[in-house]
Amino acid sequence: MNDNLKPSDITEVEQAIQWALAGGKTLEVIGRGTKRAIGRAAQWDATLDLSGLSGVTLYEPEELVLSAKAGTPLAEIEALVAASKQELAFEPVDYGALLGGDIGAGTIGGAIAANLSGPRRIKAGAARDHFLGVNAVSGRGETFKSGGRVVKNVTGYDLCKLMAGSWGTLAAMTGVTIKTLPKAETEATILVLDLNDVMARKVMTAALGSFGDVSAAAHLPAAVAARIAETAAAQTATTAFRLEGVAPSVAQRRTILEKLLSPFGSLGTLAEASSRALWRAVRDVTPFAASGPAGARDLWRISTAPSRGSDVGRALAEALDAEILYDWGGGLLWAALPAADGANAPLVRSTVAAAGGHATLIRAPAAVRAAVDVFTPEPAPLAALTSRVHKSFDPLGVLNAGRMWAGV
Amino acid sequence: MTGASFSRYNTAENQEGPMPILMPLADEAVLKRRAEIVAALKRIVPGEGVMASEEAMRPYESDGLTAYRQLPMVVVLPETTAQVSAVLGYCHRGGIKVVPRGAGTSLSGGALPLGDGVLLGMAKFNRIREIDFDNRVAVVEPGVTNLAVSQAVEQAGFYYAPDPSSQIACTIGGNVAENSGGVHCLKYGMTTNNLLGCELVLITGEVVRLGGKHYDSGGYDLMGIVTGSEGLLCVVTEVTVRILKKPQSARAALIGFTASEDGGECVARIIGAGIIPGGMEMMDRPAIHATEEFVHAGYPLDVEALLIVELDGPRDEVDHLLERVQDIAKQCRAVTCRVSNSEEERVLFWAGRKAAFPAIGRISPDYFCMDGTIPRAKLPLVLARMKEMSAKYDLRVANVFHAGDGNLHPLILYDANKPGELERAEQFGADILRLCVEVGGVLTGEHGVGVEKRDLMPVMFTEDDLNAQQRLKCAFDDKSLLNPGKVFPTLHRCAELGRMHVHEGRVAFPDIPRF
Repeated sequence: MNDNLKPSDITEVEQAIQWALAGGKTLEVIGRGTKRAIGRAAQWDATLDLSGLSGVTLYEPEELVLSAKAGTPLAEIEALVAASKQELAFEPVDYGALLGGDIGAGTIGGAIAANLSGPRRIKAGAARDHFLGVNAVSGRGETFKSGGRVVKNVTGYDLCKLMAGSWGTLAAMTGVTIKTLPKAETEATILVLDLNDVMARKVMTAALGSFGDVSAAAHLPAAVAARIAETAAAQTATTAFRLEGVAPSVAQRRTILEKLLSPFGSLGTLAEASSRALWRAVRDVTPFAASGPAGARDLWRISTAPSRGSDVGRALAEALDAEILYDWGGGLLWAALPAADGANAPLVRSTVAAAGGHATLIRAPAAVRAAVDVFTPEPAPLAALTSRVHKSFDPLGVLNAGRMWAGV
Repeated sequence: MTGASFSRYNTAENQEGPMPILMPLADEAVLKRRAEIVAALKRIVPGEGVMASEEAMRPYESDGLTAYRQLPMVVVLPETTAQVSAVLGYCHRGGIKVVPRGAGTSLSGGALPLGDGVLLGMAKFNRIREIDFDNRVAVVEPGVTNLAVSQAVEQAGFYYAPDPSSQIACTIGGNVAENSGGVHCLKYGMTTNNLLGCELVLITGEVVRLGGKHYDSGGYDLMGIVTGSEGLLCVVTEVTVRILKKPQSARAALIGFTASEDGGECVARIIGAGIIPGGMEMMDRPAIHATEEFVHAGYPLDVEALLIVELDGPRDEVDHLLERVQDIAKQCRAVTCRVSNSEEERVLFWAGRKAAFPAIGRISPDYFCMDGTIPRAKLPLVLARMKEMSAKYDLRVANVFHAGDGNLHPLILYDANKPGELERAEQFGADILRLCVEVGGVLTGEHGVGVEKRDLMPVMFTEDDLNAQQRLKCAFDDKSLLNPGKVFPTLHRCAELGRMHVHEGRVAFPDIPRF
């Protein structure tokens, strides 16, 4: 039986974890469970559901700061800051469509615990870079805090960084403080058509090293571009560059970029509304949605040096019928591979190891995720350090035990 | 290991010398083995890389916080990762403390030596290993200076964004240890936001690589923990930093106000209007007068607050936003507002601010540079309270303020030769930092805790908060040998911290809690 514990305040979170400690139980830690299908498939005795800890507790637009209980819906936060013409600059992702779940249902705690960031990662940083303060209950059942509400803070270890991307394996976050930033007044996207993956990589490198101040750069091979409304009409591979800012700035940079890009292929432009729609689709990886033509494929998320992205993509495509979407100037690959018992893990791991970086198996059947490492295995001294860090927060392995690796 | 040596701090009674701060009790057993330890280290780092004479070690007795001095047991300057690994492994096996040091520019005593410890200087790691414009990264050794990174990439129009004011001297390794900032943090982040990878050596001698040229960690973000860990977790031997394209243009506005409240309001309204300046600095009247007298930057002398707002980016954007900033300044009752129309003029606007510390040095025999961060809106309140404290302690204070990110640098003026002034200045400084925490800020924005703010940590953190941090230290450094005596006000044994108190059947909720 999987009991559901739904605390409504920090004391109840402490009690839930102390209960688990006393009874030798394990807890699955969730917000609203939108990313539940990501991670190593493991069994837990009960679920610690943090969606009852909800609500924005502080928002001061002129201080660029917002505090919220960890289970606050992202949609609520995004609507609130949008009313002050602000946003969360790391572009929190929504993998509802990708994983076949609800759309628009995620929480701020979940977004940070997964440290998943959208196309603006290359300019504005990841979720972890916008995470200023945390309150959490460790796997020891002890409440602790770290950080604060100011951007410049070096008082003690920066435990926020550690909480971001720890997938709930160290502590149950109860409250977070994040940086908000002004939303760009307008945006436009320049498209370069019909480039192959290698050319696209070169063009993205040139654009990102220019005065264009590009806030997103992605390459969609023809089959992928065909699945996004804004790029489908051209019926060819599309490489996209986003410009954001005040109108005179966007206009000036558009001129700079068009001059730089025109020798490489024919150009197109997306105005504000279409630009927003395109980047939302790239952010949420909708070409590989669970209900779409790639829905049955195993899906890997690969982070590598941007200059090596096309090497990784080509190696996978030569070995398999791979579909690839490139974001982050070529440094983030979404590789949808034909479903296989081992999710082609040896091929993916060795290809990524050769280029440098890491790969996460974001979507695969539970049986596959139970047998194959979902997160990149770490070399011995690092794995031992990871394990010691884990044990320092959660010595008995109560919280999300085994979600990242066996024992972690 | 001798038991008591690290379980408690020295006490005033058994302390040798004039050191005003209590450090871990020296390990007599280690000190007795000094000759043997020096010989062993010389076998690992041959030539002149090991220094044990008082004369040779004297330059290492303090860092930028010169009020505290201590000769180390021995100084080691390794040149390779293998040597660092061998030195640390040897010290770990022998229970010998190690204090890592970059350029020694810390303002918080982070590199203050221990009399029974090895001072591990990383200055010989001074090579730039790779510049990779395609991936917009530079791979450098930790002893490379901050400014040298920008200089190495500037011919291609790139730079490294974090720019602490000590950037000519301070090293990237030290920047990682302190998570250094500078004047551009609001827009470009601190060191932690500009790193992609590092190689580090644990106290056991094990070498670990984190990150690389790719974005984000595939596992725990240990680099985020190492950054700002003040030399207590590991020794970094290689760093991969992001380099950015230099903005096409930069222009500054110099804006004066007759009330600091108006200056504060102007800062809030600029940000509220959606403008994120590359730099936004404020000075109060004493700082304005001291700097103007020193560098003649043309600052107005009849104002209470002077704001420098610098916008950088595409030319049209900068010009457009500068118009908006001027409008906002007028609405906030600015009495002077000049914008730079040439690079020379922009540099002149900054000249006073950049010379603020030496300028204060001219008008006072000694000064303390404090470093707290506050929510920006609390500035007028904090300045008013600081005036009261200034009267109470009978010491002058001048303020420079990174207004964009809320990082406050009060400079407390004192004369160490006058009996009691140093102590009053220290108390004044501690009161300011307590005030920063009281209004929702933090003890240190960029200088680090070190020894300087160590004993104030409980103002901000509970025992559970500090224990969570110290357990993390134990995960990296099980014998507490790396830079002990810094950051944490209480020394704990790892075994004692690691203990779990679970009492089966005796908890308040023996059955499943129902919420």
